[in-house]
Amino acid sequence: MKVLVTVKEVAAVEDDFEISGTEIESTYLDYDLNEWDDYAVEEGVQLAEAGDDVEVVAVTIGPERSEETIRMALAKGADRAVRVWDDAIEDVELLDVETKAQLLAAVVEDEDPDIVLSGVQANDDSFGATGVALAEELDFQWAAVVNALDTEKVLDEGVASVHRELEGGVEELTDVELPAVLTIQTGINEPRYASLRGIRQAQSKEIAPKSLDDLGLDAGVVESSLDVTAMYEPETESDAEYIEGDAGEQAVALADVLRDKGVVGE
Amino acid sequence: MTVLAVADHRRGDLRDVSFELLTAGRELADAAGTDLHAAVVSGDTESFAEDLNRGGVDHVHAVEHGEEFNHDVYAQAVEALATDLNAEFVLVPNSVNGLDYAPAVATRTGRTYVSDAIDLAYDDALEVTREMYGSKVETTVEVADGPFVVSIRGAEWPAAEGVGDAETSTFDVDIDEDAVGSTVKGFEEVGGGDVDIADANFLVSIGRGIEEEENLELVEALAETTGATLSSSRPIVDNGWLPKNRQVGQSGKQVTPDVYLAIGISGAVQHVAGMKGADTIIAINTDPNAPIYDIADYGIVGDLFDVVPALIEEFGGEPPSV
Repeated sequence: MKVLVTVKEVAAVEDDFEISGTEIESTYLDYDLNEWDDYAVEEGVQLAEAGDDVEVVAVTIGPERSEETIRMALAKGADRAVRVWDDAIEDVELLDVETKAQLLAAVVEDEDPDIVLSGVQANDDSFGATGVALAEELDFQWAAVVNALDTEKVLDEGVASVHRELEGGVEELTDVELPAVLTIQTGINEPRYASLRGIRQAQSKEIAPKSLDDLGLDAGVVESSLDVTAMYEPETESDAEYIEGDAGEQAVALADVLRDKGVVGE
Repeated sequence: MTVLAVADHRRGDLRDVSFELLTAGRELADAAGTDLHAAVVSGDTESFAEDLNRGGVDHVHAVEHGEEFNHDVYAQAVEALATDLNAEFVLVPNSVNGLDYAPAVATRTGRTYVSDAIDLAYDDALEVTREMYGSKVETTVEVADGPFVVSIRGAEWPAAEGVGDAETSTFDVDIDEDAVGSTVKGFEEVGGGDVDIADANFLVSIGRGIEEEENLELVEALAETTGATLSSSRPIVDNGWLPKNRQVGQSGKQVTPDVYLAIGISGAVQHVAGMKGADTIIAINTDPNAPIYDIADYGIVGDLFDVVPALIEEFGGEPPSV
């Protein structure tokens, strides 16, 4: 069995930052593996550990810089990685969902996995759509926002028996035929930390670069229909009363508020 | 042209965002000089259609097929309706179910997809306002080529009100059952247990700012000293530090205590959805720009590891050393 996990290196923004044009200045960005993808990698590795002969392949769309992040997925147990990049992609400010799905679909068609695990969304652009669009592109089945997966059933019966996390503490129990794309929600498992041994092994694992040409795609595929025309900090709507002073003074004033509201006695 | 707004329902009730969708849809229809069509798929379509006939809606379509949401059925039904109406704009909620079928409809029908809109404008091109980097910034995204599928965030538009004079009709779709590769087996309520945070009148709620599991001792001491109930934002439950029944937010519980003391919680929209109904909201956070202050009545910009021990002492308790 083959499991393919889509991973993305995302930028987190520091508390204080500056915007230049329609981008955040790069000095205020810290790069890391997308939080949702960390759970997807763990779910893939758990499938590999529970089954015989399960290969886990991580796939990313990202520049050379992202190899450091992708290597973390390898250190946690993915067997190898594919990194899609091209000068034509570099020029696009914001890739649209369709483009990402088409790029990843080309890799999936090469790899022919039984199951694709993808984070529900990425912390940067938060489209929350790549996994389902990818499934549709491939004519795979899918399930979005999965927070439980029955590993045994995947391995023994070829069915993804999942819980989908709905709003308000309700979960939907759904069976999905394979091949399928599952979008993985945080909390589905406890992502491991990479061991020193894992980090060492990851150094010798393959990260295969793929250009559009390698994937048999032409540059037209990355033409984005999205154009970011403005980026700004949201206007604060705060009319909070701020409690000033040092921590001791703040605690005294806060205690008064709590007593005044009647939720704490003397 | 036409705007098509597709309602969301679950276990017999239309969800609130369905009516907000109608408001967003009417605004867009006005901007584009076209009609607003609403649609409901599956469930008690007759009563849903009647309820969706609110002010500003021109036509309601009901697709009868099964009871509950199934993404294959929705994708097929919405594809057929959007094609039949030649809908320039398909609007759906950015809900868990929206996430499960809208991207497929967009891909299938060659529509450009933009998700989680918090504002929309149309003047020959579609302009979508959306957040990036977890609410740190807002962006305006211009989408040149229609037609479009757009998902909208809940609670950003007011619900459409009043009774409209929409024509209601049934739309027949031959659902291809062979293409339905997923089966919904049932539902499960999660987060039961010994404590119901929805009953508490004073919640001490903890978020990512607590940093380490060991540090939870500090807020547990505060809750104990003040007689408060302990709740949390999502990351704390994801990490397994508190059980699911303590989670406040969109996927957890909705709470309406007298006082909600948010400690080290930035105030992501999914969290706010679960606690904005509290009478008094107090926030302690190191980041003065955290969105939690937008809804807080009282704000303390400071380090929880300084303020919380001082507060425990103020109420005569003994702060643990963390």
